[in-house]
Amino acid sequence: MEDIIIPKNTSDALALNRPIVEDTEFTTLNLGPTHPATHGIFQNILKMDGEKIVSGEQTIGYIHRAFEKIAERRPFYQITTLTDRMNYCSSPINNMGWHMTVEKLLGVTVPKRAEYIRVIMMELARISDHIICNSILGVDTGAYSGFLYVFQEREKIYEIYEEMCGARLTTNMGRIGGMERDLSPTAIAKIKDLIYNSLPKAWAEFEKLFNRNRIFVDRIVNVGPITGERALEYGFTGPNLRAAGIDYDVRVMEPYSSYQDFEFDIPVGHNGDTYDRFMVRNQEVWESIKIIRQALENLPEGPFYANENHYYLPPKHDVYKNMEALIYHFKIVMGEIDAPSGEIYHAVEGGNGELGFYLVSDGGRAPYRLHFRRPSFIYYQAYPEMCKGVSISDAIVILSSLNVIAGELDA
Amino acid sequence: MTNQQIAEDIVAKFGENSHSFEEPWGLLTLTTNRQNIISLLEYLKQHEIFRFNFLTDLTGIHLPDNKGAEFGVIYHLHSLENNVRIRIKVFLSQDDIHIPTAITIWPTANWMERETFDFFGILFDGHPNLIRILNIEEMDYFPMRKEYALEDATREDKIDALFGR
Repeated sequence: MEDIIIPKNTSDALALNRPIVEDTEFTTLNLGPTHPATHGIFQNILKMDGEKIVSGEQTIGYIHRAFEKIAERRPFYQITTLTDRMNYCSSPINNMGWHMTVEKLLGVTVPKRAEYIRVIMMELARISDHIICNSILGVDTGAYSGFLYVFQEREKIYEIYEEMCGARLTTNMGRIGGMERDLSPTAIAKIKDLIYNSLPKAWAEFEKLFNRNRIFVDRIVNVGPITGERALEYGFTGPNLRAAGIDYDVRVMEPYSSYQDFEFDIPVGHNGDTYDRFMVRNQEVWESIKIIRQALENLPEGPFYANENHYYLPPKHDVYKNMEALIYHFKIVMGEIDAPSGEIYHAVEGGNGELGFYLVSDGGRAPYRLHFRRPSFIYYQAYPEMCKGVSISDAIVILSSLNVIAGELDA
Repeated sequence: MTNQQIAEDIVAKFGENSHSFEEPWGLLTLTTNRQNIISLLEYLKQHEIFRFNFLTDLTGIHLPDNKGAEFGVIYHLHSLENNVRIRIKVFLSQDDIHIPTAITIWPTANWMERETFDFFGILFDGHPNLIRILNIEEMDYFPMRKEYALEDATREDKIDALFGR
């Protein structure tokens, strides 16, 4: 009697817990490579049964730029510009992660003040990363206004970047051995204005607009859930893993750059669905604000760079007057300084998760081998599994909440 | 739980199949062979104390001067419970560049192995879909191998006389 009912589509099959019959007609849909909803250049070839997704096949690599190969011919300080272009929504984190990796190899101790400035910059970057992800999730569900509210705050963060390093998107911020310049009074004023006045106000408004909004919540609750176990098997890290209920954060597990000095909480979710990912990111913005406040209030006095002539560019006025400084300036700029040999893995908590640098140095001017552990590349492979059986509009929302950045995906 | 304990446990279980123990910057590093890599990874994942349950990274390296073991595959595991990392290496000869896949243990190894294949040409036996991932499919070489040298940006070939050397 059981064999009489034959499922004809995915929802029937799910209801009956049986595989779909072979002769069902499927539609093939190309989501991407250039689709406004993918927010980056990557393709998903979806096999659709009506509105439901049966399976997906991913094609990536459209903006692959061979960073690992290029890095094998570049002096260490020139690789910073490559890291900018990975997760371009939070490039200072990539920059600082790379500087810290090299400093670990060289055995340089960075002064406390530089570490605190780095923490401030990294947390600002995390905020801007989460602003983009969460507000774009709103856009993808049809709520445009929240995006416009909070993008003004991101603009303010970019102004702080400009104040610190002159650039906005591809920042190339900091140097091996510290920061390239101290926090200027303007920068401090701008950061204070941001974290004490405008951002908390805007973010509270944003949360009010979304967190319990019936239309929005209906669209994202229980969409694309993933269990903690499965997320670990798929190599999830960062907010996406924490949304699944696993409190793994590199900042706490392996504190770098004085993160142990600050008090902050690690928000975790429960179901690992889109709503949890959204809420974890929301909460992380508050935690980042908390960290920046602590760092600003306890900002230590002292130098903002290590006294490491071989790697840190000497002050410009010395270069014109002082022979030693001129020599070091020349040697650093020409990349003529050999690094010690060694093998290092250093990880930082990027906007999307654990951003790792695996560096093998053979004692030359450039790395012998450099591998970037890119969080989006690793967790994006779970996407077909997460959107199996959901409708196309839900698939867009899942993709958006995973925060896959094409630059990081393809490196 | 120290690196010493982990190393002793692995030696007790795998004997001569695990060697070259090192500790660069506090990260336990060891080398094994391809016959034992899967059982070693499984052992570390299932171990009741160590619980290396997270595959952080899998990548390759090319050492052309290392005759007989030109290619390396490097695994970074992380025990989230104990917050300990471990690095495992397997070296392969370029004439026989095969290694079993780790997908059976971690599905996330899928793309990491495809990437390693794409750039180094290391063949992961048992991989369900071992095709190029970042480069175009028509490519007929493996770009991260050392024989494909980039132009030297650090200019070692410059004429010394012009620079007073």
